[in-house]
Amino acid sequence: MEKGKGVMGSGQRWAVDFSDNSTAPSSRDILDPLGFTRASVDQDDSTVSRQKKDAESNWKAQKAWEVAQAPFKNLLMMGFMMWMAGNTVHLFSIGITFSALWQPISALQGVGKVFEPYKDSKVELLGPKLLFIALNLGGLALGVWKLNTLGLLPTHASDWVSSLPPAQEVEYSGGGIPI
Amino acid sequence: MAIRSFFVPFLLLVLWFYSSLSPVLSLYEDQVGLMDWHQQYIGKVKQAVFSTQKTGRRRVIVSTEENVIASLDLRHGEIFWRHLLGSNDVIDGIDIGLGKYVITLSSGGSILRSWNLPDGQMVWESFLQGPKHSKSLLLLPKHEIDCINVVQTNLKIEKDNVIVVFSNDRLHAVSCIDGEVLWKKDFETESFETQQVIQPPGSDLIYVVGFAASSQFEMYQINARNGELLKHESAIFSSGFLRELSLVSSETVVALDSTGSILLTISFQNGEISFQQTPISNIVEDSSGPAVIIPSSVPGIFAIKINSVTIFIRVIGKGKLEVVEKLNQETAVSNALPISESQQAFALVQHAGSEIHLVAKLAHDWDANLLKESIKMDQQRGIPHKVFINNYIRTDRSHGFRLLIVMEDHSLLLLQQGAIVWSREDGLASIIDVTASELPVERDGVSVAKVEHNLFEWLKGHMLKLKGTLMLASPEDVAAIQSMRLKSSEKSKMARDHNGFRKLLIVLTRAGKLFALHTGDGHIVWSHLLHKSEACQSPVGLNLYQWQVPHHHALDENPSVLVISRCGPSSDAPGVLSFVDTYTGKELNSLSLDHAVVQVIPLPHTDSTEQRLHLLIDSDKHAHLYPKTSEALGIFKREFSNIYWYSVEDHNSIIKGHALKCKCTGEVADEFCFDARDLWSVVFPSESEKITATVTRKLNEMVHTQAKVMADQDVMYKYISRNLLFVATVAPKGSGEIGSVTPEESWLVAYLIDIVTGRILYRVTHHGAQGPVHAVFSENWVVYHFFNLRAHRYEMSVIEIYDQSRADNKDVWKLVLGKHNLTSRISLFSRPEVITKSQSYFFTHSVKAIAVTSTAKGITSKQLLIGTIGDQVLALDKRFLDPRRSVNPTQAEKEEGIIPLTDSLPIIPQSYVTHALRVEGLRGIITVPAKLESTTLVFAHGVDLFFTQLAPSRTYDSLTEDFSYALLLITIVALVAAIFVTWRLSERKELQDKWR
Repeated sequence: MEKGKGVMGSGQRWAVDFSDNSTAPSSRDILDPLGFTRASVDQDDSTVSRQKKDAESNWKAQKAWEVAQAPFKNLLMMGFMMWMAGNTVHLFSIGITFSALWQPISALQGVGKVFEPYKDSKVELLGPKLLFIALNLGGLALGVWKLNTLGLLPTHASDWVSSLPPAQEVEYSGGGIPI
Repeated sequence: MAIRSFFVPFLLLVLWFYSSLSPVLSLYEDQVGLMDWHQQYIGKVKQAVFSTQKTGRRRVIVSTEENVIASLDLRHGEIFWRHLLGSNDVIDGIDIGLGKYVITLSSGGSILRSWNLPDGQMVWESFLQGPKHSKSLLLLPKHEIDCINVVQTNLKIEKDNVIVVFSNDRLHAVSCIDGEVLWKKDFETESFETQQVIQPPGSDLIYVVGFAASSQFEMYQINARNGELLKHESAIFSSGFLRELSLVSSETVVALDSTGSILLTISFQNGEISFQQTPISNIVEDSSGPAVIIPSSVPGIFAIKINSVTIFIRVIGKGKLEVVEKLNQETAVSNALPISESQQAFALVQHAGSEIHLVAKLAHDWDANLLKESIKMDQQRGIPHKVFINNYIRTDRSHGFRLLIVMEDHSLLLLQQGAIVWSREDGLASIIDVTASELPVERDGVSVAKVEHNLFEWLKGHMLKLKGTLMLASPEDVAAIQSMRLKSSEKSKMARDHNGFRKLLIVLTRAGKLFALHTGDGHIVWSHLLHKSEACQSPVGLNLYQWQVPHHHALDENPSVLVISRCGPSSDAPGVLSFVDTYTGKELNSLSLDHAVVQVIPLPHTDSTEQRLHLLIDSDKHAHLYPKTSEALGIFKREFSNIYWYSVEDHNSIIKGHALKCKCTGEVADEFCFDARDLWSVVFPSESEKITATVTRKLNEMVHTQAKVMADQDVMYKYISRNLLFVATVAPKGSGEIGSVTPEESWLVAYLIDIVTGRILYRVTHHGAQGPVHAVFSENWVVYHFFNLRAHRYEMSVIEIYDQSRADNKDVWKLVLGKHNLTSRISLFSRPEVITKSQSYFFTHSVKAIAVTSTAKGITSKQLLIGTIGDQVLALDKRFLDPRRSVNPTQAEKEEGIIPLTDSLPIIPQSYVTHALRVEGLRGIITVPAKLESTTLVFAHGVDLFFTQLAPSRTYDSLTEDFSYALLLITIVALVAAIFVTWRLSERKELQDKWR
């Protein structure tokens, strides 16, 4: 499609669009054919489509819960990996820890997007969303906990005093053995 | 802040990881000489003997005041071989025997050695012992030297050449071949002091002349073949003698009477002693003051010195004297040199402004000059002190002369045909103080122009380097690359570099001369001899201090150093201050003080031009402030009540603390002079303790942090104080040599004393230990080295001191919000609660000096630099001297870098900083931080000089020298090429797709 346009260039006289638009009539911005009123068709199909929609929203709600529970598996997986990584700082444990921190954060950023497909006026998404967020926060907490066990969190006094310069003294004395 | 702080443990861990991978710092063979340099010296020449035989290379054998015997090349002045004798084995005389042996007499005349002339191997050694009653002589070394003479004879006793030695009140004849004592002769006379041993040429007699009591002249005539006493005569001269004789012929000597105003010509021809008195005023008109005889051995002529005038006097016939010349300039006279059967020549060197005049004369003909030359001489060399003459036969059969002269600054020069053939800066063998100075900042126009000579050379150099990196170089190319690296003009540039590796080392030598040495290759940038002024004729250099170090303000000023010198040898002689610009070596100012200088205290304050305030304490315990400006006085007044000083009286074992009281009372109202009052004193019981070592921290040492983090995240606060003094005392009995006392009689007590309040913070006694104690103090720890008599081993101990009063600062929230008082100024009068940790280890070597590495910010871990008895410098990680070491450290402690405890400190051969070199006569080690945090500059001095760079934790902040830039470059080029190629390929593929 793109390429075709490119070849034709700006000197376009006419074009035939072969794409099938019948499934998405509402997106059309051209006039309907004469004698056809869109409103009547919708009304005719309403009973059929309502049943259909109910089924669909049920399905969506079910799916949304499934998606919301997905991080739990992840959590278990991460826990296992962390246990494997051990408590010493090296490349593997740092990699695991940072991915354990990064995954929940990126997931939390994309909460809206994850539940986008299941968005429906009839589907209650708040529950799954909350569960999803809670599970991800749990993952994040796990990551932070791991970070702490690795000693990379400034939770000890030593982390705050290690670069303190020595205190100045008020008095000064010098001298020694006579030269 | 937070990010930095929690990355620190991580970084430290990485560092530890690296350092544990390769715990030694060593360098590859081709890195020798890249960052280090080594210079060999011999010291001020005392005596020189020429060896100019037709066969073999021409050389001169010298003995020096640094106790070195060396063989120098006469053509270039290089050292063929060199031996440094111990400090208790002072050389008394040298000579050449049979043309192939160097004979030395040393150790107060009790050791006679023979060395092979070509290579310096020892041939034999014999000990000459004297009779018992002369034992008292050994206690007076100076006195002994006077009475010791080596006379080289050409006697043949059973075809053997004989060396005649008078030492320890006994005359010895020693075989030159094997050092066997052929005969010896004692002298019975009480209190006989030998002055000269004379062997008239062509006879078998030896005359021994000297004084007994104070007014008796003694003469012994001895048969040189068997030591038989042939004749003994003595004569009394009522007004006594000065202890100096000048030999004018084989049977005549000249002496001075005890007032120094009458010349005595003593002749002992045929064993008859006769005196001839000549008052000096009779032959010299305007003579005033006592005269001194200048030791010389020119036949018929002797020299005396009255004030600074040198007078040459000839002996004519029977005790008649005649003045031949009076010289007002400083003059040095050589010994006589026989140039033919009947002729003897000698040389005179006179100093006149910027020139020196050389004259060589025949002994019997004063008016004829064999040689008369004037040579331009650097004024910074001062006056000539000694001259040695040697001759050679020119192609036209006439005599040519070469003169070896020793100047006031201890340098050695060979002069021949009116030119300086070579010169050696042997003053550098006796450095007494060192400080470092920055080089000028590189400005436009000062720079780089002379770096590459021409394009071709430049291209060739880079081709060679490329070949080297691609491993295509032949052995010759490798050698060429190596010499190129060593001679890189980059390192001897006269400008500051980014890493702060290029600096000037300002050194003060015993001769009173300042040298500036470039750290890049050790060349002398400038030198400056301390000026004599009207007020002070002979300043003795004592110490060097940094006077002005401009870095923030006053950047257009040049840095300068303060040289403290004293006008004469006694400790209450008035002081002299000299201010010397370190860029140019010019003396900016010189102050002759009206008070003595006993102590110099650099204060931690500078004025607006960054001149450091100094407090000079005189012998009456007045404090004088310098610089004498009102601004300095204002700064000083603000800090007046906080400035204290302490004095260590090591002879009566007292340490006293003083505070400043008020302005000086008395004669002249001087705003800059302050009285002091005694504040405290620590008196050690003199019957059980004697101060042997005191050490403080270096004033300019940087400490990065006050906290020490343990493996379990616990914190210990270091007790870091500038006002802490480490004192070591030993039992008075045990202050002698090792092994002179039993372990029960000897002990060592170590103290840590606060020098503001006099509080003793820590005290520990080592029973059965003995000095000498060498110690080093840094941050919150002291390391000291001593001998353990019970274990028969040397030991090193470490004391670390921690502040317990800060230990409860453990609330993280307070620390996060900054609500703590850890960095606020503290007063030492508040009660400190300290805990100390200490540990001891055996150490194999005895030690000549200990220093510690210092870096710009104090983050890098420390290394101890130990000058070993073998004159090398050993780098020992401070981690080996950690009192927290235990036999089985836990996993966490191991992670922290704690090494399992062993009984002795390891000596890893690769950690010798001096690698294969030796710094003969090592006396001091100085460390200077470079600008790059990981690196420290190390300068070791003794008779030799050595300089290198050290990175105690490896160069973690820069790429190492052996980093493969070629590989990096090749990788980048390959990547770029790959990107380009794949881009083209993808273009083509896309086009093909479009046409399909």
